[in-house]
Amino acid sequence: MSKEQHPVKSPQILFVTKEKEPLFSKKNQKLLKDPLDDNNPITVQVLGICSALAITVKLEPAVVMSISVMAVMAASNVVVSLLRNLIPSRIRIIVQLVVVASMVILVDQILKAYAYDVSKQLSIFVGLIITNCIVMGRLEAFALGNGVWRSFLDGVGNAFGFGIMLILVAFFRELFGSGQLFSVQVIPQFLYDIGYENNGLMLLSPMALITFGIIIWIQRSRNRKLIEKN
Amino acid sequence: MNRDSNAYTFGFAAIMVVVVAFVLAFTASSLKDLQSENVRKEKMQNILSTIGIEVDREGAEVLFNQYVTNQYALRVDGSIDESVNAFSDIKLAYELKKNPTEQRFPLYVAKVEDDQFFIIPLRGVGLWDAIWGYIALKEDKNTIKGAVFDHKAETAGLGAEITQQWFMNRFTDEKIFDEGGNLMGIKVSKTNNDPNDTDKNDHEVDAISGATITGDGVSDMIAERLKHYLPYLQVNRTVAVLNN
Repeated sequence: MSKEQHPVKSPQILFVTKEKEPLFSKKNQKLLKDPLDDNNPITVQVLGICSALAITVKLEPAVVMSISVMAVMAASNVVVSLLRNLIPSRIRIIVQLVVVASMVILVDQILKAYAYDVSKQLSIFVGLIITNCIVMGRLEAFALGNGVWRSFLDGVGNAFGFGIMLILVAFFRELFGSGQLFSVQVIPQFLYDIGYENNGLMLLSPMALITFGIIIWIQRSRNRKLIEKN
Repeated sequence: MNRDSNAYTFGFAAIMVVVVAFVLAFTASSLKDLQSENVRKEKMQNILSTIGIEVDREGAEVLFNQYVTNQYALRVDGSIDESVNAFSDIKLAYELKKNPTEQRFPLYVAKVEDDQFFIIPLRGVGLWDAIWGYIALKEDKNTIKGAVFDHKAETAGLGAEITQQWFMNRFTDEKIFDEGGNLMGIKVSKTNNDPNDTDKNDHEVDAISGATITGDGVSDMIAERLKHYLPYLQVNRTVAVLNN
């Protein structure tokens, strides 16, 4: 398939222009907006599924995970973009890994000190941010070839796109799996009294995949340009 | 400068490693006090919650000092070692690896109004990593008042559910000794045919589906840690009987 058919699928082909442009120019806004729908890391690029399956049982960890991923992605995109002219190309993947890993450890340490309960909930998943394909993917595809501000926007935008999907899936899984939202009971007792049951399957990973599938389906039926022609 | 030369690559890697190591070490050591303070208060919070006192982390220290009247470090024979601070000196994970004669086991005695409780710390292994908790016995040193569990890395939604209140509540009023006075512990059972845990004399609670290994870990942890306290629990049980 050619680029012309999917002009929006490859934001990395946009390079910094020479003339001065406003901070939130059309092109920069695109960096933020594209990952929300047309180029969503989860539903379109299908990256970061692994952590998305694990962390969407409840809303609260999903929200915290999204914020942590956003912090890690924005910060490591900025660092890699700052160093982009210094990084030796032969060890660039190692450098990216080191940057991401140290950002993750920083986030973990800060959570442990200032948001202890949250850090306990996220436990091993914070460490898993390192393995989140989106982070490395954006470093390699965008930050290495773009300026600091644009890389920052790209990191925030992609983390936001990731976060929105996470929260959306967590909403359905917590609602139908536990009858709660943010650990507060929302399905009223009388429904249980007349025979309604929480769906335990929603708490297991397969239902996260199925929920993602349904979201992708809905998104594609709404957004025609995402549908492959062949 | 040639960015593809070996010298540059090695130089870059060396500088990067030093810088990253410095930043991480600095952060870790400057946040250490805050972090260990959180852990310490959480421990108090957990101990309090086994005897039915729910408190947020900030208020834990005051209430802990108010309700926990005694902290003992027990030797293997059940006698009390006065030289060891049960709360801060004993780390169960290390203690279990020591020579039995050098082992000291913490026991907390709490008093809420007129009721006395004995709180025993637990530590064992789940599916992925360590699990731990506290179990509070009522004055008869047999009936469980409450239990708290925590874990390092159990699966969210499955093994990690042992930290949920509904699971911990299942232990309340279960007995750790059978009628003959033998230590039974509490088994997390998949086959006890008692999903609501109405039978409080079967030494079993209903397991969590999908969390078999974590559940077995909880059973083992309770049975093995309680064994260390047998001398203390039994000495005091006979005394109680004699007094009657």
